[in-house]
Amino acid sequence: MSECIKTDAVIVGAGPIGLFTVFELGLLDIKCHLIDILPKPGGQCAELYPEKPIYDIPGHPMVTGQGLVDKLLEQIEPFRPTFHYGEMVDSLEVLGGPEATSFRVRTSGGEVIESKVVFIAAGGGSFQPKKPPIDGIDEYEGKSVFYSVRKMENFRDKNVVIVGGGDSALDWVLNLQPIVKRLTLVHRRDDFRAAPHSVTAMRELVAAGHIDLRIGQISALGGADGELSSVVVKAQDGSLEKIACEKLMPFFGLTMKLGPIADWGLNLHENLIPVDTERFETNIPGIFAIGDINTYKGKLKLILCGFHEGALAAQRAHRYVYPEKKLTFQYTTSSTNLQKKLGVN
Amino acid sequence: MTKITFIDSFGEARAVDGEDGATVMEIAIRNAIPEISAECGGGCACATCHVYVDEAWVEKTGKASDQEEDMLDFAYKVQPNSRLCCQIKVTPELDGLIVSTPDRQG
Repeated sequence: MSECIKTDAVIVGAGPIGLFTVFELGLLDIKCHLIDILPKPGGQCAELYPEKPIYDIPGHPMVTGQGLVDKLLEQIEPFRPTFHYGEMVDSLEVLGGPEATSFRVRTSGGEVIESKVVFIAAGGGSFQPKKPPIDGIDEYEGKSVFYSVRKMENFRDKNVVIVGGGDSALDWVLNLQPIVKRLTLVHRRDDFRAAPHSVTAMRELVAAGHIDLRIGQISALGGADGELSSVVVKAQDGSLEKIACEKLMPFFGLTMKLGPIADWGLNLHENLIPVDTERFETNIPGIFAIGDINTYKGKLKLILCGFHEGALAAQRAHRYVYPEKKLTFQYTTSSTNLQKKLGVN
Repeated sequence: MTKITFIDSFGEARAVDGEDGATVMEIAIRNAIPEISAECGGGCACATCHVYVDEAWVEKTGKASDQEEDMLDFAYKVQPNSRLCCQIKVTPELDGLIVSTPDRQG
């Protein structure tokens, strides 16, 4: 485990709201660490609809999901936040009291971060791999069924079945094929949405007899004590084929799950965190919830509303981070002090 | 108004009125139809509004677009009559449409 990091604010989630809140906090001299389970910033904007146009961001008649993320990153650059990607917050411990708030956050990557305030900007929850609803799949997970590859060696000389038609599935077909005993790719149709060069490379391996391709869907698993021995593939015409297999990797994209947030002692209402509309603070002083994850009377799940929530929450956070300092409201247009922080004056 | 019937995986049918121009997914969410989660809110980006279109209606609802087919890769128990209902627009021709929902959206 690494040494404990100390900072002013931890932001859980690096989606658009988490990113913009870095800006609002930065203007108030509050330093941030952001934690996100995705390997990149942007949350849903970057993961679900990077290419899709958004029409309701003030001042941007049209901007794509990724376009907005790129602009936000540029905007918060002066504040040099620290990003922790590919990690989830496993636990959140309350250390201080309401007068001197302090929290200890532990991430799935083993980081320990202590901060004075915490902003939960986790949107619809953390992105996690979708699990196919095949009976009994749970008991094989971690031993025989994997949704990502941590150690390629685990697959050496094994019979491996990979399911899916996107880049993750095909990348692992191409990467694992040289070291496994036999690899079978299963996909529901004979069309692949992965990058064309990967599809071509895969088809060449099939043509050369180095891998097998089956068009169908996994309908059953065979094995015992968490050790898989076979899978059954159901073809479009209903015919079944049993394939010997010790390792199975299904790639069905990502879904959002609330995850460990449910265990942090926060009040929840239908998987959302109730907040007040003055400070966007949760039932625990010093922990704020902003963006899609919060709920209040009149809540709209809009990016622009999340920006507003982050700005107001930041004002309150200032009192926890700098209890002895009086906060004077300033505009970026006229305040030389703010402009200095932004590096424009 | 166009009548749409949703049949859940237990066989229970719910008939609701849909307004023309909306999507079948929006009608489902507005009427709290179970077994449709529509995580991405209609962007054809998540495959959690998967339905099976009743055989009699397959022709009228049309074929899935390439993008929708790509997204259906993320759904389970996909059949030839599978559609993402955020991509089906309600029109007067669809009056009486019947769709059923899979037991899981993932």
